[in-house]
Amino acid sequence: MESRRNVELSLLLLALILSVGAYVIVGLAADNEVPSGSAGYGATLAGLFLGAHLVLRWRAPQADPILLPGAALLNGLGLVMVRRLDYAEAAKENYRPEAPAQALWTVLGVAVFVAVILVIRDHRILDRYRYTWLLVGVVLLMLPVLPVLGREINGARLWIRIGPFSGQPAEAAKIALVVFLAAYLAERKELLATATYRVGPFLLPEIKYFMPLLLAWAASLFVLFFEKDLGSSLLFFGVFVVLLYVATGRFSYVAAGLGLFITGAVIAYNLFGHVQTRVATWLDVWKYYDDRGFQLAQGLFAMATGGILGQGWNQGRPDFIPFASTDFIFAAFGEELGLLGVTAMLLVYLLMAFRGLRIALAAPDDFGKLLAVGLVTSFALQVFVIVGGVTRLIPLTGITLPFVSFGGSSLLANYALIALLCRISDEATPAPAGRPAASADTGEVTVVR
Amino acid sequence: MNRQIRRVAVVVLVAFLALLAAPLYWQVLAADRLANDSRNTRVLIKEYSIERGPIVLADQTPVAESRRSRDRSDPLEFVRVYPNGPRYGMVTGFYSLVFGRTLAEQEFNSFLLGRAPEQFGQNVTDLLTARETPGGTLVLTLDKATQEVAESALGGRKGAVVALDPRTGAVLAMTTFPRYDPNQLSSHNPEAIRRNWDRLINDEDGPLLNRAAGALYPPGSTFKVVTAAAALENGVTMDQELPSPTVYDVPQTSADIRNFGGSSCGAPTLTLAEALEISCNTTFAALGVELGSEKLADEAEKFGFNKPSPYQLPAATSVIPRDQDVPATAQSAIGQRDVRVSPLQMATVAATIANGGRRMGPFVARQVVSDRGQVVKRFEGEDFGEVIPEDVAANLRQMMLGVVENGTGQAAQIPNVEVAGKTGTAQHARGRNPHAWFIGFAGSGDRQIAVAVVVEEGGDAGSEATGGRTAAPIAQQVMSTYLRGGG
Repeated sequence: MESRRNVELSLLLLALILSVGAYVIVGLAADNEVPSGSAGYGATLAGLFLGAHLVLRWRAPQADPILLPGAALLNGLGLVMVRRLDYAEAAKENYRPEAPAQALWTVLGVAVFVAVILVIRDHRILDRYRYTWLLVGVVLLMLPVLPVLGREINGARLWIRIGPFSGQPAEAAKIALVVFLAAYLAERKELLATATYRVGPFLLPEIKYFMPLLLAWAASLFVLFFEKDLGSSLLFFGVFVVLLYVATGRFSYVAAGLGLFITGAVIAYNLFGHVQTRVATWLDVWKYYDDRGFQLAQGLFAMATGGILGQGWNQGRPDFIPFASTDFIFAAFGEELGLLGVTAMLLVYLLMAFRGLRIALAAPDDFGKLLAVGLVTSFALQVFVIVGGVTRLIPLTGITLPFVSFGGSSLLANYALIALLCRISDEATPAPAGRPAASADTGEVTVVR
Repeated sequence: MNRQIRRVAVVVLVAFLALLAAPLYWQVLAADRLANDSRNTRVLIKEYSIERGPIVLADQTPVAESRRSRDRSDPLEFVRVYPNGPRYGMVTGFYSLVFGRTLAEQEFNSFLLGRAPEQFGQNVTDLLTARETPGGTLVLTLDKATQEVAESALGGRKGAVVALDPRTGAVLAMTTFPRYDPNQLSSHNPEAIRRNWDRLINDEDGPLLNRAAGALYPPGSTFKVVTAAAALENGVTMDQELPSPTVYDVPQTSADIRNFGGSSCGAPTLTLAEALEISCNTTFAALGVELGSEKLADEAEKFGFNKPSPYQLPAATSVIPRDQDVPATAQSAIGQRDVRVSPLQMATVAATIANGGRRMGPFVARQVVSDRGQVVKRFEGEDFGEVIPEDVAANLRQMMLGVVENGTGQAAQIPNVEVAGKTGTAQHARGRNPHAWFIGFAGSGDRQIAVAVVVEEGGDAGSEATGGRTAAPIAQQVMSTYLRGGG
């Protein structure tokens, strides 16, 4: 059944055409000539993604055909926007262009994708090292807090720096922790669904089964309190609650999780000035226009100016928005590609998320299901947190827009993420011959009261 | 487990619907408000990157044009320049980074930017040929020589001059004093703009006010032309003898009406023509009372009173109350009390009579021409038709010729040209000198011109003729200049 790969190939070509077309238009608009790097850009992008495509044909022929083209399109357009912002910022003193770095990260990202496909021949391998993943995740999370290594940027202590390299280890920690949670919950779901204690309206399982989950909650609070990163904390906790619910089918976990999150949020609000600032700015951005609301207001101005059709590539002024290439790249797209452009972009994300959930539905084993749901949740939640923040749907927390924002750690982590989904989907789809059919749904767990 | 996954899918879908709705709100529903927010400089920069079309006079002399900003670090590409300084500011208005646009710059903005629907075809062609579309050229009706003379004749006295072509309503000259230089508000330096603005706005003389169209004055005796028109339309004839006492004992009040300086009108009775010639107050006050408030107002409305001005740019509405008591009517008939007019309105009164009773609404923008010379849009003055009968207009003309030939308006005489006119000396505040007025018209060859002149506090309370002495020479210069221009 080669048709899946053929679909992928045509979609990849479409993504390449759109990306290279955008690249040429930006050059035309800026210098009135086809940029000299067009061929190089097109060839590199084509080489990378066709290479990844061939690897899938070889090692995961039944993998989902939408995820890689989706990532290629978002990554390609993101690169063009980063380069377009370079044009605008070039006049500034000491400005370091971001596009070359982002291009390099794209190459590395696709390499990570290929590596994951090649090395992990069966996702169930991951199940065996679950506590290693926990350890890796927790260590990665804590790295930025360490002296010397850690760096505080814009109020959040999220970064580490080793020599010339810097990165956000939380991006990798995210995946490690999702793997751990999926493995742990796949094994313990019956036990967790069995209530032995009643605390108020909640029925709770044995404390010892509950402990690792409390640990995960503690980890997310740790991120919140010590790294002052609202976005990542919300991300961890959201994934955690969703996985608990999917594994056990019990809403009480969702309720308890929400309760814990709200408690944590209230404490954070009262403890940290920057959290209060974020909320106040969210409630009335115009009042704080001159200082802390400036970025959000500029983002909204950019989107409003873009209107339905957008100003066109290189015709707007997204460079007026601070951090346009990272946190606010969505607003930059809103200005230049308009409502139509950002709607299309959101639909690509939604499509990718739904493909991920489909993979979860079809996965042959509980671990695979939970892993897929966890990865999709972290992906979708990340889109929700940053797009919701930029569009003033929720208070703004700085986090990257997957595949689009400038930033290496995020790009690598997201390529690893879709590689894992591709791997699971390859096993979930009944092979033409030889492989056993996927097992049926494991069914609902009976709650013993 | 799959049931839970499906529920998660529903939650994801709901979350994404919210995400899709948010940009819909900002980019469509709230877009206009935010895009035009004064703090959003994007729209401004975009607008300033377009080569805004020039505003030119009938002879193509530019009075507003866009030049490339000389400052390389200036994010705004073009700067608006008014080569004649303050001379045409009362028509062009200004184009300011901080305070927006006014007058022609505002009313014809889309044409000047090349964005009006009429220019759409051109834009599509330019889009296909990848050519930057410059804005359209706005051609004004103003006559250069006439405008310059109007300005110099007013000579720095507070007041205004308006000249119209009576046949079309085209504004030939419009000047006002004091005035402002639109360059001071149209630079790219916001601090300087704000400083200049504060100075202008705090100036008690109101240099930003276009007195020619936007200010209202009591018309004084120039309004007697309207009263005479009402009388003629209601059965009085030009040669009919009317009482002209030194003091008119106004019914229902002890406040009598006298002539200027308390003088007599020379004889106990005068014909209507004679009364207009020497501007006899008592005769016209009595006529007004006889006609009544309604008929007087009806007549004024035929000339455009009590209705928003058809002028293309913002203008004040001239007013006369419809239901006045007898004493008020008596005073209104000689242009006092609550009658308030703009110089533009009084020029229209003169122009309507000059045009045989057919009133043309005044207009100052004649057409928009594309940068390739094609006429994109043509404007005309609104035609109100024959608002007063032709014979009445002919009588009024004859009487007004007498005013300039033998009466109070002799200072407006032009050798070998028939000049019609009416003077006015309008009281406006106790203890202040009255405003000096002159309205009139003349024609020579294929050229015709109607004017209104007001000089604030330019008269002398002692003599009716002083209005004529101050204002009529200004009108004389303006009219003779224009008529000479015709060759």
